Amino acid sequence: MEKNLIRVALVGQPNVGKSSLINAIAKAKLHVGNFAGVTVEKSEVHTRYCDPDGCAEYEIEIVDLPGVYSLSDYSMEERVTKEFLLTEEYDLIVNVIDATHLQRNLLLTAELLELGRKMVVALNMIDEAREEGIVIDSAQLSQILGVPVVETSARTKEGIEELKAKIVEVYKKPQTESKIIYSDFIEEEIDRLVEFFKAKHYRSEIPYRHLAIRLLREDTSIYKKMHDDPIWIELLPLLRDALDHIYLHAGKKDLAEIFADEHFAFAKGAKMEVISPEHMRAKNWTQKIDNLLINKYLGIPIFLFLMWGLFQLTFTLGQVPMDWIDAGFGWLADQARTLLGDGELASVVADGIIGGVGAVVLFLPNIIILFLGIALLETTGYMSRVAFLLDGFFHKFGLHGKSFIPLVTGFGCTVPAYMAARTLKSRSDRLITLFILGFFSCSARIPVYVLFAGAFFGAEHAGNILFLIYIVGALLGLIAAKILRTYFFKGEDDPFVMEMPKYRLPSLKLIYHVVSGQAMDYLKKAGTFILAASVLIWFASTYPKQPELEAQYRQKIEQVQQEEKRQMLENELQTKKLERSYLGQIGKLTEPFFAPLGFDWRLSVALEAGLAAKEVIVSTMGVLYSLGDEVNGESSSLQKRLKENIDLPTAIAFIVFVMIYIPCLASMAVFLREAGSWRYLGYLFLMTTGAAWLLSFAAYNLTKLLI
Amino acid sequence: MVLTELKKGDRAQIKKINADPELKHRLHSFGIIPGEELEVKGCSLARQTMEIEVDGTLFALRKEEAEKIEVEPEKPLSGA
Ligand SMILES: Nc1nc2c(ncn2[C@@H]2O[C@H](COP(=O)(O)OP(=O)(O)OP(=O)(O)O)[C@@H](O)[C@H]2O)c(=O)[nH]1
Ligand SMILES: [Mg+2]
Repeated sequence: MEKNLIRVALVGQPNVGKSSLINAIAKAKLHVGNFAGVTVEKSEVHTRYCDPDGCAEYEIEIVDLPGVYSLSDYSMEERVTKEFLLTEEYDLIVNVIDATHLQRNLLLTAELLELGRKMVVALNMIDEAREEGIVIDSAQLSQILGVPVVETSARTKEGIEELKAKIVEVYKKPQTESKIIYSDFIEEEIDRLVEFFKAKHYRSEIPYRHLAIRLLREDTSIYKKMHDDPIWIELLPLLRDALDHIYLHAGKKDLAEIFADEHFAFAKGAKMEVISPEHMRAKNWTQKIDNLLINKYLGIPIFLFLMWGLFQLTFTLGQVPMDWIDAGFGWLADQARTLLGDGELASVVADGIIGGVGAVVLFLPNIIILFLGIALLETTGYMSRVAFLLDGFFHKFGLHGKSFIPLVTGFGCTVPAYMAARTLKSRSDRLITLFILGFFSCSARIPVYVLFAGAFFGAEHAGNILFLIYIVGALLGLIAAKILRTYFFKGEDDPFVMEMPKYRLPSLKLIYHVVSGQAMDYLKKAGTFILAASVLIWFASTYPKQPELEAQYRQKIEQVQQEEKRQMLENELQTKKLERSYLGQIGKLTEPFFAPLGFDWRLSVALEAGLAAKEVIVSTMGVLYSLGDEVNGESSSLQKRLKENIDLPTAIAFIVFVMIYIPCLASMAVFLREAGSWRYLGYLFLMTTGAAWLLSFAAYNLTKLLI
Repeated sequence: MVLTELKKGDRAQIKKINADPELKHRLHSFGIIPGEELEVKGCSLARQTMEIEVDGTLFALRKEEAEKIEVEPEKPLSGA
């Protein structure tokens, strides 16, 4: 049995369902969303196909590429696609087309046909087209394009197997010539050049027609290649004549525009031929929803209300299972202590692992609700509307409306958000967005917020506080953007033209996949990275052992009779032990830096550990405060313990600091890659730490004044 | 007449696009092309951003870009 690898480049305009299609073909889990620019990097997915006749087995490698409106260098992620198509090895192109926007999609198809590669067209969203009453004659379309057309739907899985079969079929067959036909005055010139090549018996790797077209389009790579060929001397005058004729007929000299007009004529003509003209333009509900959601006056209030609702839910709904999880981990810790006795092992398991990991897992419900909110925003089509609503406002702060998309991604996690910023065309827009993304709190900070908001503001206000934290963070981000725009990244304004997808009811399955995937990631992180960090923190906070100190206190405790006094001494011992541990020493060393903000060494250490990842803040506090707490015998909740140890101004200052300082190690690495310079990373670190310290200081003193 | 002068609900034909080649090409690849028809679907507060429909697709564009699109209204403008 032979085995063949077919490499397929999946190309299409943004938001036509390329990634969804791959998910359907290969049971992959690529990120899907209802807005342009979800995919910003190429990714490869493999699947198998067994050819029924001959039963050769094929391995199909499908490359998902960022969506492009045309083969241009407009923005960074579009360049990825163009470069892939022009420079990398692949066997054929699958051009995915949105059947409900045939004409616009065919513009790109025309361009792809000019590449002269083997191609299959997937007429996707065919389910939606039918619903809208659009009837497409795909056999006719296939005739016009000269390549096979398969009707597909990533939603209903229609045509998926057929698409695979067509890919293999086209792979096996020899290349056919592009069928795209231009206006007569261009065709004449093409013919003339082709005749010339024929007469000269010119040896070309690509068909003459194709060569002629590329010459007429002034394709630099072809010019470079032919420049040293002896035929060039004879070709040049011919070419000059041909171009002159074309300019004369077209009435303009911009070749890109002339060919763009050709593609448009082609696309329009093709559409006219394959769509029955009497198809009714079913008014979908998009218009009705838009009348409300992007209403001049109501749009922004509605958006703010939805956000507020989300944070209320995040807190209140999240609270319910949280209590169970908390109780569960408390019980586990107690079990561990009774099972393992009083020794080191019990401490590392109960205080280190269960204390640390438990503190993080506790917030899983909150995180799930937040991700659910983001997933809905991404998959319904509301995302682009908010970008539209906020563009005017953002513009005033020197930000591009499209920045909203990475910023929302940033509410989930800053790392993919840095990458999503690639859809911004201009470098200054992109850099500003990269710099301020940290102000838009990622989900890893939720544990800190929920913990503190719950502890210091009570359950009834916590949701509002959460909302306030996000709003203030966002406003700070905007102010930072304004400052950066005015003083550092001047650059000129970039055009804002953005497609607004129609509203789509996301399938439950899609939402489930997205949210459960993210929940699993969170748990995985808790079980690996956070676990390791917790053990490390436990170690650093219990070593070195201080036998002398212990002996000294034991003696004292023996001597006193009163239970109260004993308890006090016991507490003192625990505190002293912690302070003299490695962690305590580090904390004490950096305490002066944080002292003006009201942070003791424990909070200082928690913040420092939080540089690795924000979840580590609560896990560190979980370890630190449960170690010092052992004396009570039972574990009380971290929330309670915090309240006993910290006052309100300190708590507020702490929240502010966490809001602003750098998200995590992973984000720093990605920032470095995306911003492209160590210098910028240095600036980012200084900017965020400086702002965090100053604002935290201000918050601390203001609250102290007020209460 | 340019696009910004239209109101919500107005329909017009695109006449000319007075933009630099890059933006022109971008608009072209969206299907925003002379000869095509458009309908204004909405404006944001202070008319900073507009929503238009061309060939069944909705687009958002800023005032600065909308000013570069010359149009000819289909029927006498409402209100004017
Ligand atoms: N009804 C229907 N919806 C679809 C179909 N394919 C995709 N969608 C939806 O269309 C939207 C876009 O899907 P994606 O797979 O993210 O599109 P993409 O082409 O990868 O987009 P970019 O990565 O931004 O270029 C999502 O909301 C999908 O759920 C389909 O066949 N039918
Ligand atoms: Mg995609």
